[in-house]
Amino acid sequence: MTTSDMSDDGEPTRRDFIHIFGAATAAAGAGAVLWPLVHQMNPDASVLALSTKEVDLSAVPEGQAIKVMWQGKPVFIRHRTPAEIEEAKSVAIAQLKDPVARNANLSGTEEATDENIVTGASGEAHEPWLILVGVCTHLGCIPLGTSAGESRGDFGGWFCPCHGSHYDLAGRIRKGPAPENLLVPPYQFVTDTVVKIG
Amino acid sequence: MSHVSNYNPSSGIEKWLDKRLPIIRMSADFMDFPTPKNLNYWYTFGAILAVCLVIQIITGIVLAMHYTPHTDMAFQSVEHIMRDVNYGWLLRYIHANGASMFFLAVYIHMFRGLYYGSYKEPREVVWMLGVVIFLLMMATAFMGYVLPWGQMSYWGATVITNLFSAIPVVGESIRTLLWGGFSVDNPTLNRFFSLHYLLPFAIFGVVALHIWAFHTSGNNNPSGVEIKDVKKDAVPFHPYYTVKDGFAIVVFLILFAAFVFFNPNGLGHPDNYIEANPLSTPAHIVPEWYFLPFYAMLRAITFDVGPISSKLGGVLVMFSSILILFVLPWLDTSKVRSMRYRPVAKLWFVLFVIACIALGYLGGKPAEGIYVMWAQIATAYYFAFFLIILPLLGILETPKPLPRSISESVLHRSAKPESSAAPGAPAAAE
Repeated sequence: MTTSDMSDDGEPTRRDFIHIFGAATAAAGAGAVLWPLVHQMNPDASVLALSTKEVDLSAVPEGQAIKVMWQGKPVFIRHRTPAEIEEAKSVAIAQLKDPVARNANLSGTEEATDENIVTGASGEAHEPWLILVGVCTHLGCIPLGTSAGESRGDFGGWFCPCHGSHYDLAGRIRKGPAPENLLVPPYQFVTDTVVKIG
Repeated sequence: MSHVSNYNPSSGIEKWLDKRLPIIRMSADFMDFPTPKNLNYWYTFGAILAVCLVIQIITGIVLAMHYTPHTDMAFQSVEHIMRDVNYGWLLRYIHANGASMFFLAVYIHMFRGLYYGSYKEPREVVWMLGVVIFLLMMATAFMGYVLPWGQMSYWGATVITNLFSAIPVVGESIRTLLWGGFSVDNPTLNRFFSLHYLLPFAIFGVVALHIWAFHTSGNNNPSGVEIKDVKKDAVPFHPYYTVKDGFAIVVFLILFAAFVFFNPNGLGHPDNYIEANPLSTPAHIVPEWYFLPFYAMLRAITFDVGPISSKLGGVLVMFSSILILFVLPWLDTSKVRSMRYRPVAKLWFVLFVIACIALGYLGGKPAEGIYVMWAQIATAYYFAFFLIILPLLGILETPKPLPRSISESVLHRSAKPESSAAPGAPAAAE
């Protein structure tokens, strides 16, 4: 700032005030314009309105699994046999690549025990029902293993064909490049056979 | 631009316009630009790329008249273009293969720049603008590939947008912002269409800056020696290089037409003729061939480094492989531009080209076993070339003596095999 912009006693002049005021207004205006332009790209009201889904589980026999669409992604719902539940429970946390239960119904820091994975928003565990977002945590492919005849990988759960991630009977990553266990979506059992996802 | 204008407005209307908007003068100066007389055919790819961009824009605008950017109709509308629209098959095949031809030309153009040191002082800005164009091209091609809404479109988009979720803290929010939802879906398709239409014009603008920049610094040339005497070292761009570029463009278009008419799907993937299905992932998700080297680098990082997971590491390596090009002018410490006079650098350069082609091959293979190891070796060499070899060679290597001028380099080369060669004979072609 040159001396001509200052009054003799070093105080800002009226011209300085105009500059500062103009620049501050322009910055605020730019921010006010930019935010709507960015935020319009986020999920809109119609997308958010589709964010819950109720599923009737009475038609899924033991040992089988279904895929349902929720928020544009598949959700795997597996009706596990008692043997499968035992196998999932028998895994020690130390054996896991990701020791955290990625369960949206809990705080997200619990250990990846089978119980913490099959717990819904009510806080109750529904052991036979394994409910997971069917999106590989590596780069978003759909793992195989839900439909009959598909490869379930080396640990009896799911196998992602894109880059070879193996998930176990509680959706935990056991082998391959995926960094995290399959996510558990927020869900709540409305009745014994109807679950609300989202 | 930067040279003395030789334009003399002759007619009254030219004189009138020259005082108000000297656009004829600008065009005349452009055609008259003093260009090194020794440019070889590797230097024709700039003009070839300009033609590619124009072809893509024209066919793209026409295709957009028949295409519907909605998940329910996109796939059908592309089939409608192929079956019902008059010459729709031709326009779409030109556009689809045009992307491949564009990348083929740009890779040759970039290797040319690397070999002849075209990124060195005073052409750093020319080079950096070129890297910006390359990034814009990649973004445009990626989004264009999503539009037909086939299986590869959908799953390619899913895998690439998921890369952003690897960024710590803000990654998930960025991904949701890109998607406009909770997965790749109609909002994603819509915005990709909008941006795919926009970015080519952004490329057009940066190309103008790119040309402006090298019309200020002057063209590099195979000898790497600057023009000393415009009369002896240079020829006007027109007619000398309009003719040379024109011939190269014709040859290039023959190759282009061979793909369009005889093997239009040869560079594509059959899975993209299956409509997108969010519930089923194809067995192998493979990007288009021109992205394979970068895909190989992404997958080569299979190990965690400290707090950086393999996923984030792969993403960082992939983006760094392009961003490193921005600082190349300052990594290469040699003052000698052309590798013609750098006997050691030339060998490492050949190895670099082999590494890039190898990465392209490995990117198309499943990420397992021996392929991963080779991809890791090639990735390591890719970065070592820029970060270790080029900085060190500038100090360690003894370059061959440089010619005193472009004119001398040309005369010397043509005089050598036959001492009776007429002095001053223009030996333009290699």
